[in-house]
Amino acid sequence: MIYQILLEELPYLLQGVLIIIELLVLLLLLGLIVGIALSAMEVYGNFFLRQSARAFIRIFRGVPATVLLFLVYYGMSGLYDIPSFAAAVLALGLRSAAYQSQIFRGAIESIPSGQMKAAHAIGMNKIQGVLFIILPQAVRLSIGPWSNEFSSELKATSLAYLVGVVELLRRGKYIVSYTYGNALVVFVFCGVIYFILTRLGNNLLYKFEIRISVPGFERRNVRESTIKG
Amino acid sequence: MISFFEFTLASLPALMKGTLITLEIWVVCITGGAVLGIFLALGRIYGNKITYGITTTYIEIFRGTPQLVQMFVIYIGLPDIGIVLRPILAAMIAIGLNTAAYQAEYFRGAIQSVQKGQMIAARAIGMSKPQAIVHIILPQALRMVIPSWSNEAILELKMTSIAFSISVVELMAQAKTIGFRTFRYFEIFILAAIIYYILVSVFSSLLDLLSAKVHIPGLTLKNR
Amino acid sequence: MGTVLKIENLHKSFGDLKVLNGVSLELKRGETKVIIGPSGTGKSTLLGCVNRLIEPDQGIIWVSDEEITSKTIDLNKVRTEIGFVFQDFNLFTHLTALENVKIGPQKVRKLHKQEAHDLALEELKRVGLSDKANAYPAELSGGQKQRVSIARALAMNPKVMLFDEPTSALDPELIGEVLEVMISLAKEDMTMLIVTHEMGFARVVSDEIIFMEHGNIVEEGPPSQLFNNAQHSRTKEFLHKLTELYGEKKEDAQ
Repeated sequence: MIYQILLEELPYLLQGVLIIIELLVLLLLLGLIVGIALSAMEVYGNFFLRQSARAFIRIFRGVPATVLLFLVYYGMSGLYDIPSFAAAVLALGLRSAAYQSQIFRGAIESIPSGQMKAAHAIGMNKIQGVLFIILPQAVRLSIGPWSNEFSSELKATSLAYLVGVVELLRRGKYIVSYTYGNALVVFVFCGVIYFILTRLGNNLLYKFEIRISVPGFERRNVRESTIKG
Repeated sequence: MISFFEFTLASLPALMKGTLITLEIWVVCITGGAVLGIFLALGRIYGNKITYGITTTYIEIFRGTPQLVQMFVIYIGLPDIGIVLRPILAAMIAIGLNTAAYQAEYFRGAIQSVQKGQMIAARAIGMSKPQAIVHIILPQALRMVIPSWSNEAILELKMTSIAFSISVVELMAQAKTIGFRTFRYFEIFILAAIIYYILVSVFSSLLDLLSAKVHIPGLTLKNR
Repeated sequence: MGTVLKIENLHKSFGDLKVLNGVSLELKRGETKVIIGPSGTGKSTLLGCVNRLIEPDQGIIWVSDEEITSKTIDLNKVRTEIGFVFQDFNLFTHLTALENVKIGPQKVRKLHKQEAHDLALEELKRVGLSDKANAYPAELSGGQKQRVSIARALAMNPKVMLFDEPTSALDPELIGEVLEVMISLAKEDMTMLIVTHEMGFARVVSDEIIFMEHGNIVEEGPPSQLFNNAQHSRTKEFLHKLTELYGEKKEDAQ
C-alpha cells in the first residue's frame, strides 16, 4: 500500500530533491565567494581585516546552524519578511563561507614561500604573483577538503526543514501525516534518496578532481573538517 | 517594552534549564559514541570479512545520510515496528549512533597511524593480539585521536540543537518558545547564540588542555 | 639437552621469489652464531621464521626440544622464550624506557608490579641505561633505543636471543655501544643468533659464522676458518669485498 503511494508521490518527492539541489548550489556559491574574500582577508589583509575575518569565522563556526537559521528567518522579521528558502541560503551560505575560508587559507598557507619569492624574482608584483602562481596552486590543493565540505553541506540542506522550507524531508513528513503507520518506510526512503545524492555528488567531484589534476598535487591529508547536517 | 537587559534576565532561567538538557544529551552522546566508535574501528581493522562488512555498512549509512533524517526515523518511524521512545532518548540514540560512525573513522585513522613495528614488537615479546591492542596500540591511538575527537565533540554539541524538532526541551526549544511568546525573536536567538558560543569556547579550551596534558614527546599523528 | 635452537630444512617464498631454500642449522646452549651474506638473501626472513612472525612454507623448528612449528602450539608462550631485537628497534612510543622493559614481564609473564619494576631496572642497568629509565623513546639516541630494546628482550628471560641487523639503522658513532652490550652478553653465555654486516664484531663474538646466499647456507665454520681459510670461493669473494668496503676495524686487532 505504502509503496504504491510512494511511487505515486515520487514526482512530488523529486521536486523536493530539486529544491535541495537549488539550495545547495546557491549556498555553496555564496560560501565560495564570501569564503574566498575571508581567506584573502586572513592571509593578505592588514590587522583590522584579519581580525574582522577571524571574528566572523569564529562566530559562524561556534554557533549551531539551527540558531543561524532561526536568527535569519525569524530574527530578521522585524526588518524584512524573508522567505524561508532565502533565509536558508543566507544562513547556511554564510556558515559555509566560514568553513570554506579555512580550506582556502590552509591551501594558500601550505604553498611554500619560495613560490612567491620566485615570482618576485622574475619581476611579478604581489598581485600578479597571487593571481598567476599562488591561486592556481591553491585551487588544486583545496579540491580534496572542499569535496568534504560539499558532502557536509548536502546533508546540512536537510536543516532547511527547520524553518519551513518544503524540501524532501518536509514532503516526506506530509506524506507520513496522511498515511498513518508508515513513517518508518517513508523516512527510510528519504534517507535512501539522500544517500544516493551524496554518493552521486562525491562521484562527480572526484571525477572533476581527476580531470584537473596535475602531478604533485595529489590529495594531501588535510585535517578533516567534517561538518554534518 | 522592557530593555534587552531585563529581557535577558527574565529569559535566563528557562534558557539555563534548556542548556542543562543540551549538555546532558551531549555528554551521553559523545561518550556512548566514543565507545561504540572504538568497537566499530576495531571491527573494521582487525575483524574478519563479516565484521568488516557490518561495520563498514553501518558507517556508510550513518555518514551518508543527514542527522535530521536519522532522528525522524528513530523517533517517528520506529513506533511503526513497536519501538516507542521518549523524545530525549530518541535524540540521544540518534545523535549517539551518528557520532559513533564519524568517530569510528577518526579512531581508525589514529590506530592505523600507529606504526606497524609496534604490533610486531608486542607480539615478539609474547603478547597476544588483544593484549597488544589494549596495551600498545590503543594507548597511542587514543592520544593521537584527540584533535579530531575534540573537533567531533564540538560538532555534536552544536548538533544537539536539532533535537527540538522532535519535542526535546533543550536550549533551542526554550529559546523558540520564548521567541514565539514574546515576538522578540532576534534578541532571544542572539542570547541562544551567545550561550552556544560560550559553551563551544569553554569546551574547546578544555579539550586543548587535555591534549597538552597527555602529550608524549614523539607521539604525533602522522599524515598518511 | 644442550641444543637450544634447531632448524631443519626451512623453505620460504614470497610470491615467485624463493627466499629460503632448505636451510638447516643448530644452536647449542651458550653458543653465538653470526649469519652474514649479501642483502636480500633471506637472513632476516630466517630469523623472522624462528619466532614465526613470518610463517615458513616448509620445515621444522625446535626451541629447547619443543617443536614450535606445530599447529597446536601456544605461539605467544613460545615467543616469551625467544628474545627478538629489531633493526628498527620498535620501542613502544608511548612508554618510557623503564615501562618498555617492564611491560612484558608485567603483562605477559604476569609478574607483580614491583617485581617487574625491579627486574626492568636491573636489565636497564645491564645495558648501561639506568639513568634513562624515565625517558621516552623520542628522547633517546639510536644507540640508546637499541640498548633499551635489548633490555626489553632480556627482561623476558629468553632461552635464545635473535638479533636482526641490530646496528644497521644506527649512525656510525653509535654502533659501538650496542656491539659492546652484545659482546658482554656473549661472555655471559647467552645463546645468540645474530644477523649483521659488522665483520670485525662477527669475528670477535661468534663461535661460528654462517655465510648465506640465495636462500642457502654456503659455508659455516669458526671465524678463523671463514676469514683465513674459506672453503668456498663465494665466501672468499664476499668477505674480500666487505673488507674492502668497510676496512679493517680496530676490533679485529683484539
